[in-house]
Amino acid sequence: MARTLYDKLWDSHVVREEADGTALLYIDRHLVHEVTSPQAYEGLALAGRKPWRVSSVVATADHNTPTKDWHRGIEDPISRMQVETLDQNIRAHGAKAYFPFLHKHQGIVHVIGPEQGATLPGMTVVCGDSHTSTHGAFAALAFGIGTSEVEHVLATQCLIMKKAKSMLIRVDGRLPAGVTAKDLVLAIIGRIGTAGGTGHAIEFAGEAIRALSMEGRMTVCNMAIEAGARAGMVAADQRTIDYVKGRPFAPTGAMWDRAVAHWRTLVSDDGARYDTTHVFAAAAVRPQVTWGTSPEMVAAIDERVPDPDRERDATRREGIARALAYMGLTPNTPMTDIRIDKVFIGSCTNSRIEDLRQAAAVVRGRRVAGSVKLALVVPGSGLVKAQAEAEGLDRVFRDAGFEWREPGCSMCLAMNDDRLAPGERCASTSNRNFEGRQGAGGRTHLVSPAMAAAAAVAGHFVDVRRLY
Amino acid sequence: MQPFRVHSGIVAPLDRANVDTDAIIPKQFLKSIKRSGFGPNLFDEWRYLDHGEPGMDHTKRPHNPQFVLNDPRYARASILLARRNFGCGSSREHAPWALADFGFRALIAPSYADIFHNNCYKNGLLPIVLPESQVDRLFADTYAFPGFQLTIDLERQVVATVDGALAFGFDVEPFRKHCLLNGLDDIGLTLQHADTIQEFEAKRLAEQPWLV
Ligand code: SF4
Repeated sequence: MARTLYDKLWDSHVVREEADGTALLYIDRHLVHEVTSPQAYEGLALAGRKPWRVSSVVATADHNTPTKDWHRGIEDPISRMQVETLDQNIRAHGAKAYFPFLHKHQGIVHVIGPEQGATLPGMTVVCGDSHTSTHGAFAALAFGIGTSEVEHVLATQCLIMKKAKSMLIRVDGRLPAGVTAKDLVLAIIGRIGTAGGTGHAIEFAGEAIRALSMEGRMTVCNMAIEAGARAGMVAADQRTIDYVKGRPFAPTGAMWDRAVAHWRTLVSDDGARYDTTHVFAAAAVRPQVTWGTSPEMVAAIDERVPDPDRERDATRREGIARALAYMGLTPNTPMTDIRIDKVFIGSCTNSRIEDLRQAAAVVRGRRVAGSVKLALVVPGSGLVKAQAEAEGLDRVFRDAGFEWREPGCSMCLAMNDDRLAPGERCASTSNRNFEGRQGAGGRTHLVSPAMAAAAAVAGHFVDVRRLY
Repeated sequence: MQPFRVHSGIVAPLDRANVDTDAIIPKQFLKSIKRSGFGPNLFDEWRYLDHGEPGMDHTKRPHNPQFVLNDPRYARASILLARRNFGCGSSREHAPWALADFGFRALIAPSYADIFHNNCYKNGLLPIVLPESQVDRLFADTYAFPGFQLTIDLERQVVATVDGALAFGFDVEPFRKHCLLNGLDDIGLTLQHADTIQEFEAKRLAEQPWLV
């Protein structure tokens, strides 16, 4: 029978299955960071257990780490304790690789996995972080887990799971010039909603997805979770294989050829059936900006802030009204009239080299508007930072008035010092615009790197296509 | 894990959709390396008028009188009634830890985000799904009757008013029900299959040695 990519990935990892479909699923790669692992390691110790396969673990410190003045260490004692706890746990138990604070390959867990070749096609990849869906861009089954599950994977190399339903999101045609993977995924979430993918594993396919770089595919899969799906994935093709080749943990020599032969099978068969299918036309997608406190509250740049009075569903109407009150926005305001205070270019959604190139292309030769208090660029990893510096992108950003920082999660979730003050409005390339996400009372608008750069220059949102 | 069999308790209504885990427990409290003590910071940004940071004495902080859990009517609530897509966003298990630490034993909503839903079961917190219309009815009754209580019988899979006048059945996966009823640690259960896992692993790594 014709199988989907998800079927293939699932079937090849089932260790055993109960009559009701509850399965024990084998985990190939376990990514670990400081926030969701301490309680898991503690649980392991309390039960007198040991990690099952240490070579599956790749770890880094990213959520709490500062993005400047690294010579001063981590000044917040509670953050420091958490990072040191990870150091101790890895020292005690071991790992295939660990990129601690200050290491030149340290970075956001979802950036370093692919970049190191620690994420490979056909793997199951888990991490105590919901954006693990990012790794699905490599035809891997990748999803976020809670801390109890982190402990379960450490102890047993498996998870107890039921197979999800399958969803195909097919994007036909090509994205217009100046419209990026981020705009596409925001437009998709705007249509299907933040619970649209709940209970599903999403496969992104179609001409527009094939045409995306691996960075672009990662951006799309990263936000599958914002559409409610634990896992998003893209079939393997030559681009996938080219990206993986030569990475530190990728196979080499004869083993490489064997691996590639296997990876080429990681596509959905013709005629495979999905439980749900959505079709999008790439040509219709415009640059997107969120206006509310959920990623589904999004509009195209040439649209207006919605009017709650025109919504019939009562729960939705209240949701819109509450979001606009929090965001300090008036109904029917053109999106291009929204002025911003800060700009954040970074996060596991948009901090890879291609993202920085796209933003730099807009910024080059321009200045950050005087009304913008802070414009930050936070590369996703030490390697991305080094690459950007080799290309002179840091100069482009600095000359324009941006701050060029050390890698980490930074203002995506504001666990370190990078955050919004109450009422401040930010153009952000991250993935969540929830209340308080970037700092209590802060107002987040999600956009692509190019749109964030354009907003930095203009001081308000603007259609980046006018700046090229 | 504390077993869950039959539980009766006061219901608190949280009348908004898409409540995310950032709202349930804000990130500054994720710096803790413990599993307990999150209850005082449950819904921190909604519950208090000041900005909360770890280590603050919560008994001295100003409460937001508008927030439902600060209403004396719901002070001792142990069942949270919520709207659709509850627990979306971050995978942080600190969210169910905070709900359980506050005193909640069960949740009732039309739907939950997948990771959160999973995390609840691991912590003895029962996330019940009821159709939108039944949830609407429970919201109306909770508002109408001070001290409104429900009894949840996991064995029979029924949520009912204490007098039994209103009763709704709910679904729960047999394996999860079994673990919850008996308070079982699922790592122990999985390790009963250690030999099967080892066999599977040996074969997989032999066939695809680049996975090691
Ligand atoms: S960058 Fe943001 S979303 Fe990504 S792992 Fe870090 S905190 Fe999570």
